[in-house]
Amino acid sequence: MALSSDIDGAAPQDEHVSASACPACLAAPSAEQLAKSGDIKGARLMLSLPTAHCAVCISDVERELHKQPGVKSARVNLTLKRVSVDAEPGVEAGALISALDRIGYEAHELDAGMLSATENDKRGRDLLMRIGVAGFAMMNIMLLSISVWSGAEDATRDMFHWISGAIAIPTVIFAGKPFFSNAWAALRARRLGMDVPISLAIILATAISLYETSQSGSHAYFDAAVMLTFFLLVGRYLDYRTRATARSAAEELAALEVPRATRLTETGEETVPVAELRVGDLVRVRPGGRIPADGTVTEGTSETDRSLLTGESLPVYAGPGSVLSTGEVNLTGPLTISVTAAGKDSSLHRMADLVAAAESAKTKYTSLAERAARAYAPIVHILSFASFVTWLYLTGGDVRHALNISAAVLIITCPCALGLAVPAVVTAASGKLFRKGLLIKDGTALERLAEVDTVVFDKTGTLTMGAPRPENLADLSPEQLAVAAALAGASSHPLARALHEVALAQGCVPATLDDLREVPGFGIEGKWQGQLVRLGRADWIGAEAGDITATHLKIGEAAPASIRFHDSLRPGAEEAVAAFARQGSEIWLVSGDVEGAVADLAARLGISNYRAGVLPHEKAELVQFLSGAGKHVLMVGDGLNDTAALASAHVSVSPASALDAARTASDIVLLGADLAPVADAARIAVQARRRIKENFGISILYNVVAVPIALIGLATPLAAALAMSLSSITVSLNSLRLK
Amino acid sequence: MEILTFLIPISLFMGGVGLVAFFWAVKTRQYEDPKGDSQRILSDEYDDRPKQD
Repeated sequence: MALSSDIDGAAPQDEHVSASACPACLAAPSAEQLAKSGDIKGARLMLSLPTAHCAVCISDVERELHKQPGVKSARVNLTLKRVSVDAEPGVEAGALISALDRIGYEAHELDAGMLSATENDKRGRDLLMRIGVAGFAMMNIMLLSISVWSGAEDATRDMFHWISGAIAIPTVIFAGKPFFSNAWAALRARRLGMDVPISLAIILATAISLYETSQSGSHAYFDAAVMLTFFLLVGRYLDYRTRATARSAAEELAALEVPRATRLTETGEETVPVAELRVGDLVRVRPGGRIPADGTVTEGTSETDRSLLTGESLPVYAGPGSVLSTGEVNLTGPLTISVTAAGKDSSLHRMADLVAAAESAKTKYTSLAERAARAYAPIVHILSFASFVTWLYLTGGDVRHALNISAAVLIITCPCALGLAVPAVVTAASGKLFRKGLLIKDGTALERLAEVDTVVFDKTGTLTMGAPRPENLADLSPEQLAVAAALAGASSHPLARALHEVALAQGCVPATLDDLREVPGFGIEGKWQGQLVRLGRADWIGAEAGDITATHLKIGEAAPASIRFHDSLRPGAEEAVAAFARQGSEIWLVSGDVEGAVADLAARLGISNYRAGVLPHEKAELVQFLSGAGKHVLMVGDGLNDTAALASAHVSVSPASALDAARTASDIVLLGADLAPVADAARIAVQARRRIKENFGISILYNVVAVPIALIGLATPLAAALAMSLSSITVSLNSLRLK
Repeated sequence: MEILTFLIPISLFMGGVGLVAFFWAVKTRQYEDPKGDSQRILSDEYDDRPKQD
């Protein structure tokens, strides 16, 4: 009380009173504003966990996350391979990811677009409810139908039919709604999809059964109508599940590029969204940061890594006057950039135009299911109508009998096996691929993957990790190594970091140096036993620059020593290439990097077709050229320079570490670091396509046997039920044979 | 045949109970993570406290 009266007395009697009443409230509004402007991510974080697979993983991950400051709760969803974390505002996903990395779990941030995820769940749950209702009704009606088939007669049979009808009619109305609304939409667009014959069969079967029951007829198809609804809903649900899981996970993988930039103004620095940058703005980029807009350097020296843009693995020198483009990574020193092109004019946007052009040039792929439905719908309608007319003629105008037979034909042609044929296989296959760490983003990607006969790989970041490893440390004397390790330890440059790491791992003890300093853009220098020692670029050291990524060491006046680096192979790259070669695919290596590095890798992996120094649009042209020659191209790439090629390929794969734009353009996302599953995926896709075709074969076989029986009027509800459940079950079992 | 007047309502009722149970399970999101749930029973970290919200 004393405090508040004190403040009341001190503060002028104006609008500030309420604000100053409690010190904590002062901070609150600014926190709110920060949250609104997006500086603080919501309290809910989602991480993808591609390698989690067992009970131990669940408890490890949850325990580790609970230990992190600010984390309130963490729950792993193993089915989706994700963990959702409830945390206090200000907890960064990056910190959680590195914490998980330390205990050996790979994690990626997912955009906390939780709203859209729950929206998707709602549709899934809705379908599940309808399946539940249809299943419940099916079992109860079957119970009654079996009594009828085993000989219930007269009043008992009629009563059973009435009870069946009382269960079936509300069920069909509720559970069949997705089909009815789709069929209606198709009819209004003057199309005949799968849903029109399905709806017709369900409605006709129910209506005729109702009429037969009221006439004390002996046949009622209530069980068939409900069973049809049930099996088709299962197919619909499987289809939905595969697509929803893959789509949300792939789209929510958070953007790697930072959408914010640090702008220099007269009063200091301010953080602004990249979209607000204008030509002429001065932008500060710290080491490790991504260049937010095209520009020229006005201040500072450094090196930039443009591998994601061009595929070049060698860092490029940047100093005043150097031209940089969006997406390059600043490596060593802070840079100030004057923006020369932002938004629509930037190189990033031109790349997007290239992708859009490639996508529009590609013809739409017609899936097997669509083709089957297109052939199926007219045949069924014609058959059913023909049997109605024929029987009307044969019986001399007995509408009831003719309708009965045409309904039996509609039911027995059994779209339920067709409705399950594709979704059951796709679910089994994509589940299998998901367990191997591949996300299928597009429903037809699996079928397209099965047709692949040519594979085009990008180099940097795809076949290689984009992380250099020193290869000739053995050539250095122990002193040289000790000095090099000590110099390298003082820098955060990727080459230096790799050198330092490997030297330490070999048991080298870094020498003690004095006056260590980093010269951004050039290297590191220091004093060792009174001699000047330097590690860095060839021209700075006085060494000869080669074609291969290298750093150079000079001790005093001695001749400089070169430490060469090679990009380490992505795990599984060799297996993937070998597996594709075994499958008889033509393999290409296409990179924007220099000839030497590309030829070296091609030789190492046994790839005979390679191109080096390729520009982004040339990559797309190569893919289009191969497609034009009748090849089905699988493009595997990760960089911005690959996006147009990814979009124009028959089917495309990108790793989770790829840039956002590349992942969006590709059909399949590789969640883990290992590349081997890609070749596996192609094998599974071929198998899946075979299963789909077998499933169509099975459905057709059933129809070939059952339809003539229905046409001559011998089909009973029992025969319809048998044909329907047998074909659905064989189709589902066949799908599970995927290995 | 009078037994039918009991048996049919009973079977319908029991089916209905199953259906309601299924609805409840779907509504309370018990089908969100079937794979995780099947693994969690192997974990020895018991979660026997009531949910705190």
